[in-house]
Amino acid sequence: MSSTHFVILGNGISGITFARHLRKGNADAQITVISGESPYFFSRTALMYVYMGQMKWEHLYPYEPQFWVKNRITLKQAWVTTLDVDAKKLGFDTGEELSYDYLILATGSTPAFYDWPGQQLQGVQGLYTKQDLEDMEASTHSPINRAVIVGGGLIGVELAEMLAYRKIPVTFLVRESRFWEQSLLKQEAALVHQHLLAQGIDLRLGTALKEIISDPQGRVGAVRTSQNEEIPCQFVGLATGVKPNIDFLKNSGLNTRQGILVNSYFQTSARNVYAIGDCAEFEQVPADGRKTIEQVWYTGRMHGETLAANFCTSPQPYAPGVWFNSAKFFEIEYQTYGVIAVEVGEDIQEFYWEHPGGKIAFRLQMDAKGKILGVLALGFRLRHEYFDRAIREGWSGLKVISTLHQANFDPEFFAPHHVAIQKSFQSQMDVSFPLPKKSLIHHLFGASS
Amino acid sequence: MNMLKNVGLGLFLWGLAVFTLIPFLASYRLTEELVDSEVKEIHREKVKELLAPMYAVPYASTYSFLHAYEGLMDTYNEVLKEEGRWEEVIWEDYGFLLAKAAMQGPSRNQPWLCLLLSLGSCMGGGLLFHLAWKKEKSPGGAFAGIFHSSLTNRGLLGILVGSYLILFYVILYWFPAYFVSLVWMVDPLSRFLSGGPASQWFLYGLVYTLAILVMGIRMFSKYAGNRYQQLRTASVMFFQTAFAFLIPEVLVRLNQPYFDFKNIWPLDYDFFFDYQLSTFLSSGGLGLFMLVWGCLLIVVAVPVFTYFYGKRWYCSWVCGCGGLAETVGDSFRHLSDKSLKAWKWERWTIHGVLALAVFMTTLTLVNYFSGFKVLGDLTNQVHAFYGFAIGSAFAGVVGTGFYPLMGNRVWCRFGCPLAAYLGLVQRFKSRFRITTNGGQCISCGNCSTHCEMGIDVRAYAQQGQNIVRSSCVGCGICATVCPRGVLKLENGPEKDRIHDFPILIGRQTIQLKK
Ligand SMILES: Cc1cc2nc3c(=O)[nH]c(=O)nc-3n(C[C@H](O)[C@H](O)[C@H](O)COP(=O)(O)OP(=O)(O)OC[C@H]3O[C@@H](n4cnc5c(N)ncnc54)[C@H](O)[C@@H]3O)c2cc1C
Ligand code: SF4
Ligand code: SF4
Repeated sequence: MSSTHFVILGNGISGITFARHLRKGNADAQITVISGESPYFFSRTALMYVYMGQMKWEHLYPYEPQFWVKNRITLKQAWVTTLDVDAKKLGFDTGEELSYDYLILATGSTPAFYDWPGQQLQGVQGLYTKQDLEDMEASTHSPINRAVIVGGGLIGVELAEMLAYRKIPVTFLVRESRFWEQSLLKQEAALVHQHLLAQGIDLRLGTALKEIISDPQGRVGAVRTSQNEEIPCQFVGLATGVKPNIDFLKNSGLNTRQGILVNSYFQTSARNVYAIGDCAEFEQVPADGRKTIEQVWYTGRMHGETLAANFCTSPQPYAPGVWFNSAKFFEIEYQTYGVIAVEVGEDIQEFYWEHPGGKIAFRLQMDAKGKILGVLALGFRLRHEYFDRAIREGWSGLKVISTLHQANFDPEFFAPHHVAIQKSFQSQMDVSFPLPKKSLIHHLFGASS
Repeated sequence: MNMLKNVGLGLFLWGLAVFTLIPFLASYRLTEELVDSEVKEIHREKVKELLAPMYAVPYASTYSFLHAYEGLMDTYNEVLKEEGRWEEVIWEDYGFLLAKAAMQGPSRNQPWLCLLLSLGSCMGGGLLFHLAWKKEKSPGGAFAGIFHSSLTNRGLLGILVGSYLILFYVILYWFPAYFVSLVWMVDPLSRFLSGGPASQWFLYGLVYTLAILVMGIRMFSKYAGNRYQQLRTASVMFFQTAFAFLIPEVLVRLNQPYFDFKNIWPLDYDFFFDYQLSTFLSSGGLGLFMLVWGCLLIVVAVPVFTYFYGKRWYCSWVCGCGGLAETVGDSFRHLSDKSLKAWKWERWTIHGVLALAVFMTTLTLVNYFSGFKVLGDLTNQVHAFYGFAIGSAFAGVVGTGFYPLMGNRVWCRFGCPLAAYLGLVQRFKSRFRITTNGGQCISCGNCSTHCEMGIDVRAYAQQGQNIVRSSCVGCGICATVCPRGVLKLENGPEKDRIHDFPILIGRQTIQLKK
């Protein structure tokens, strides 16, 4: 007799969260986690800090090796090349095979390139894997004169910061007319833009990549932009988004679109095969205002938790709560809760405040009746719990702002920005409410914002 | 900019070189009059006679002088010991006092100049270097690059600095006579402050305080815009300068006992030793006040302040050891061991030292109140052992010497009995915690990497759990370094401070934890 064998393909946040929670709820299951990239789960989100000498590779491991032994989670480092859903078997590039009772696909993403001429040249790469980090280290180790980054999103900024740390001049090509167009409005994008310029980044909006030009040695020597300008460079970072990593499943018979199609129970079209994390694509959006593919850390974690719970207790459909996210643009932190529309229609009321220093901003969007839809903060920290509740319970914008001091998550003694925000809200929205008293400490130390 | 940086570095190294060289620029000439004035009355005649061969002989180095001195004394003592005439053995070591009195050299003739050229140059150079470095530093927060630097990544430079510090401490604690010329250099300053001559402890206190001040200024600029870091740095700078350094000296000038009003038993392990108690009791009103004040700190201040603010009120706002760790040691905080094994060790050793300190103090008091009738020898032996092993070797040599090797809080984490006491209060009865911001953690590990106490902050944060750990000194660095705004040091209601079954915010339906 043998216990049920769960095989998890992918040891990223989604696969590992699933494995951990499954073990918590099921002492008997046989659990195997496979990944070709690294024997141990590591924090992909912190790759940049290793390059910048702020962390070492071993700091990326959230669990000590002993953890996996103690929890009887078998780790296998190998590449899977085939899946036979009828025989319930995985095949490895070595020819070896592995049978499963349940298969959880958590294969993550891979950088999306758009068939630019020259994209295969040495010195051209994305940033997703451990290998990418090592390649980047090798390509930029000896001094180079310029690097070009393509794609105005979060990975692009991380690449820019990494290269800037090594004092490599960076030209940053962004096709859209503002930075990170899909998530930032005009003012915030301009604020971040200014900050990038101040860091010495040569940020070019409305400029796309046309081709990558080789040098005589077959390495990248320059890029040509949509304006037909040729920019000499020795490194190109392509940060034009990611796509689900599912190429090896082509012949498996699984239903896929961009990602592996799943229902709200993470079931794929094959029996006993599930998909979670970056590689999963929901047949229908899992909740209002959400997308069918969500490639962020937090959703991977929630998928893993939810699916594990479904194996341990009675199954329930995946129901994500209020959206949230965060990032950092060099020194400016970004947090958002709820939905911020970048196309603001008639039915949305807006409130925006910006600190005169130009590094701190706050936006609140409300529906026509004044109910909160979402907030966005740059340069200061907001309390997740507060906004999760406010948005779930549908508080009015007025209520949110009048008790904003409870949402402050900045360290102690920091300037209390909520005061300025509250005053600004009163005058912009022409409302009044009593302002909370400043504490003695704030009187003594807090800058008048 | 690069030029300024090099000038700063040059000045610093120059100062360090002078400081290191001064002990070698000493020569000695002992006279009978000097022995007369330095040696206690009971030994005076004997020592005068014993050391007679040294009179008028010039000694070109500290070593040759001490060698001669020790040779003569040992020969005499040895015979007595062999014959069992214990009463007549001269146990006192007059090496330091005689060396100081007999020394000749530039630091005695030109103390202010030497001070300027050594410590002054170090300070100026250090500040200049930091200023210039800060200006040209490439983007990336305050923590970028530390693992690329030989000094802060246990490279050759780190090992060299560690060795230098260790050597400094070994000489300071066990061979202070080799420092007499440095002591002469600060003698005028000591006389100015307390009216008395300088000892090696005055030298140490001065260097310690200056180091905290210079590196504290560096903290202000390193953590520009971070009020929490700046305020707590200003606080340790103030407490070190005023409470640990100046006030005790001024007390001496006023003929009062030397006393550091912020040092708390059991860190201040000899607070209840018989000689301390006698000093308090024989120094009138102020002496009595010191005794009562010290006791109040132990029984009232520690529990009350720790209840409201966590142990940070002391460890990273007031304490001198903490002050040094947070300023001079700031660049080494990431070298602490984060493994579960280290945590296990830590709990044994720190509570072990606390138990030892309590045992020693109880013994001392029993002995004191029984009029030294029982346990006299044992008490002395325990004092000697604790002073050597814990007070000097652990707190000093390992605690500070190992900054570049094991991080800046080795003593605070593994050894300090006061930290153990504060930690017990913090863990079980306090409003302090580090709150995790819902589901925002991306498990990047910056917090754990840079926690000087070796706390695996990420392990809590990624589960949405508050961090409540007895060892957390509340330095706030985890909150500073977190790139997603996940951590906040807070004081709040005890209810829900510790959640054993955290729920990450962000999904609606499931309740995994039973
Ligand atoms: C540089 C960077 C920064 C990021 N920062 C953030 C951030 O700040 N916040 C945020 O929310 N998200 C961030 N993300 C996105 C986030 O990291 C991903 O959403 C998340 O890691 C996806 O997790 P996953 O478990 O789905 O897959 P992955 O982490 O991609 O793990 C999948 C694993 O499966 C392995 N695998 C795949 N196919 C096979 C196969 N056939 N055989 C063997 N092994 C296989 C892969 O090698 C990989 O190790 C960042 C991503 C990057 C690259
Ligand atoms: S947990 Fe945070 S505040 Fe506490 S000691 Fe570690 S870094 Fe400092
Ligand atoms: S630094 Fe912040 S985001 Fe990173 S692991 Fe720690 S708490 Fe999480």
